[in-house]
Amino acid sequence: MRVSRRSFLKLAAAAGMVAAWAVGEPAAPVRRPWVGAGRGVPALARSTGQAGRPRRWVMVVDLAKCDGCQECTRACTAMHRVPPGQEWIRVYEMRDEATGLAYWLPRPCMQCDNPPCVKVCPVSATWKRDDGIVMQDTSRCIGCRYCIAACPYQARAFNWLEPAATPERTGEAYDPEWNRVHFKGTTEKCIFCPALIKEGKLPACVAACPMGAIYFGDREEDAVTNSQGETVRFSALVTEQAGYRLLEELGTEPRVYYLPPRQRLYPAPPAEPAAAPVPAAAPRRTVPPDRPGAVGGAVP
Amino acid sequence: MSRPPHHGFSDREERLLASLSAGGTGFSALIGGLLAVVVWGLVAYATQLRHGLGVTGLRDHVLWGVYIANFVFFIGVSHVGALMSAILRLTGAEWRRPITRMAEAITFASLLMGALMPVVDMGRPDRLLTLIGHGRLQSPILWDILSITTYLTGSTLFLYVPMIPDLALLRHRYAGGPAWRRRLYTLLSLGWQDTPAQRHALETIMRVLAVMIIPIAVSVHTVVSWIFGMTLRAGWNSTIFGPYFVSGALFSGAAAVVTAMATFRWAYHLEDYITEAHFRRMGYLLIALGLAYGYFTFAEYLTPAYKMATAERGYLTAVFSGPLARLFWFTQLTGILLPVLLLTLPRIAWVPRLHRVPLLRPRPALAAAVTYAVATVVLSAAGPRMTMARVNLTALIPPWALPALVLWLFLAWLPVFHVRPIAAAVVASLLVNVGAWLKRYLIIVPTLLNPFLPIQRAPTGWAAYQPTWVEWSITAGALAGFALIYIGFSKVFPIIPIWETRQEPAPLRPAGQEGVPGVPAL
Repeated sequence: MRVSRRSFLKLAAAAGMVAAWAVGEPAAPVRRPWVGAGRGVPALARSTGQAGRPRRWVMVVDLAKCDGCQECTRACTAMHRVPPGQEWIRVYEMRDEATGLAYWLPRPCMQCDNPPCVKVCPVSATWKRDDGIVMQDTSRCIGCRYCIAACPYQARAFNWLEPAATPERTGEAYDPEWNRVHFKGTTEKCIFCPALIKEGKLPACVAACPMGAIYFGDREEDAVTNSQGETVRFSALVTEQAGYRLLEELGTEPRVYYLPPRQRLYPAPPAEPAAAPVPAAAPRRTVPPDRPGAVGGAVP
Repeated sequence: MSRPPHHGFSDREERLLASLSAGGTGFSALIGGLLAVVVWGLVAYATQLRHGLGVTGLRDHVLWGVYIANFVFFIGVSHVGALMSAILRLTGAEWRRPITRMAEAITFASLLMGALMPVVDMGRPDRLLTLIGHGRLQSPILWDILSITTYLTGSTLFLYVPMIPDLALLRHRYAGGPAWRRRLYTLLSLGWQDTPAQRHALETIMRVLAVMIIPIAVSVHTVVSWIFGMTLRAGWNSTIFGPYFVSGALFSGAAAVVTAMATFRWAYHLEDYITEAHFRRMGYLLIALGLAYGYFTFAEYLTPAYKMATAERGYLTAVFSGPLARLFWFTQLTGILLPVLLLTLPRIAWVPRLHRVPLLRPRPALAAAVTYAVATVVLSAAGPRMTMARVNLTALIPPWALPALVLWLFLAWLPVFHVRPIAAAVVASLLVNVGAWLKRYLIIVPTLLNPFLPIQRAPTGWAAYQPTWVEWSITAGALAGFALIYIGFSKVFPIIPIWETRQEPAPLRPAGQEGVPGVPAL
């Protein structure tokens, strides 16, 4: 093949540019648009000066305090008129290994920062808000149930039959922030009660917990509050008590943190029946040695 | 066969066009029966529309079931038509000529039924148009919609374009026939006069279409598999799902073509056009596809089973030794292994010698099977009456009796299949398609029954999956609809290309003797 000098130079220049692009570009740290904090900034230092900064809602569940009474589930069901068969916050009876003691684990929607359900929704009926809430618009949902299949936490439920509280029967308009009226053939889930938050109140499940086991708050303020009125620093709570997130290895980046059930304040769940299913994948709480603090703060 | 309403056909064309004048009581009864099943399916769907998906066995845990299995099955069957005939066309395999249109019509009919299934599965089919107005390209469902509509368009063209010369022929032949046929053929034949320029254009279009249809067809089933592969669920979270599904689709589609070939050959006496050699060639194809599919299946299950990681343990145990084990092993054996054996073993030279062993003839084997069945029934009925306590006398039958009986029946029928290779191919392809459907079911349900978090506090019956009459009725309706579309197609269009097979000097000769017939390559 004959190559003129001109075209050879052209080719060489192009090859050089490609090589420079391939080698020279430093790997930029991945920053997710909905988590604005920079790497290495201590959360406490940024807890002042909130003006104009969007909220970043988080929930912390202290498993040492949860006695499995399911008041949270009942309050949620009453607040949202959750149709029968669904529990938007479900209290699981968990045991991580055969020798471990069983404990209760309330599971709301994890409001993941890398939400598998949002990725697969074909019609934007579910989306991630700036404040971290994964919303659900059941008036848009087409009922394909792909989001239920994608959610690893079983946090989504479907209206298999006509629900009791439809807009027609109650005469109420549908408001996705309240989510008190429901449509047949659509998917539903916990949405952290944005309508209550707007009014400065705690979500229904948090306010109803008689043990004060569920804390809710703004990570930007670094403060979370429970039903007993205790307001604590979020970062201190999760780092000092080795907080973890459910199925952390899946990379869904949940916004719900759990504090391990150490020195619990309640009796363990009744002796488990022999046939009780061992969780298919027990929640992990081991801190990878190369990421100290990743479990606790998870400050990106 | 009733008298054709037209004259001036050659003998050959008369036979190739037999399906256009199909009629008679048997035919009407078949159409009536299929219509009744479709109507029953529609009744079931009306029930579902009225009350919601709660009338199915689906619930929050097993949220997809029979409908999605049907969807994957139909899309899989649709695969082969265009893909197989495109590859055979491009590689100049002349023996393909009589069967390509049959295969492409399968693509058309099963794509229509397949595309219907997700709509049946939707909770809000009334919001279907939201997918167009607010569709998100990030969702694999949109990928599916795009690839299936592209494939439907492409494969319809692929079916239609080479049919144009035949339609022109029909336009002439039916000039005095019913008005709707005359108008239809005139409209669709696009003024074909068989000029060299037209022939050249047709050849060019077909070459381009044949090249284009291959990646489109591969993409369709890859994207179907990605509906599952894009989730985190154990059992679906697999990197080889794309090629795995494509291989399974080709296998089931090729089997469907064999079934269609045998049906048309038998119904319209097309023995001269669809010969034993065609079944042999398709048999080779099925063996190759079956081995590829078996390899993918093995790889797909062995890699997680070797590690038995926490996440995968649940569904693997369920299918290997748990509640779904029987169905799983039955599917693997009768859906892959047995068809491949049926297509391979009867070709072995010593197989007829099995016939010399008196015990290995069909009659003794059948007698043994009947004895086994009677013994099982009698012993299970006699048990409680003979003693005070319930004694299960069926335990007297050794556990190896059933596998031994199956093996016996298999060996006894091998010599029969040796002399009847077409019967062997048809039995094998029916088994492949039953196995293919069951495999789709087994890909969907066990994974959903074994989520990451344990299934707890589910209302009664929500933790399991038991399909209801609604789901089975709609499935039956879809299968009947597929058959109706297919038969309807053969009633209006020649199912064997007339002009493409015209210059064929002689039908394919028996094994190993056929040369390349002197047909100008298209």
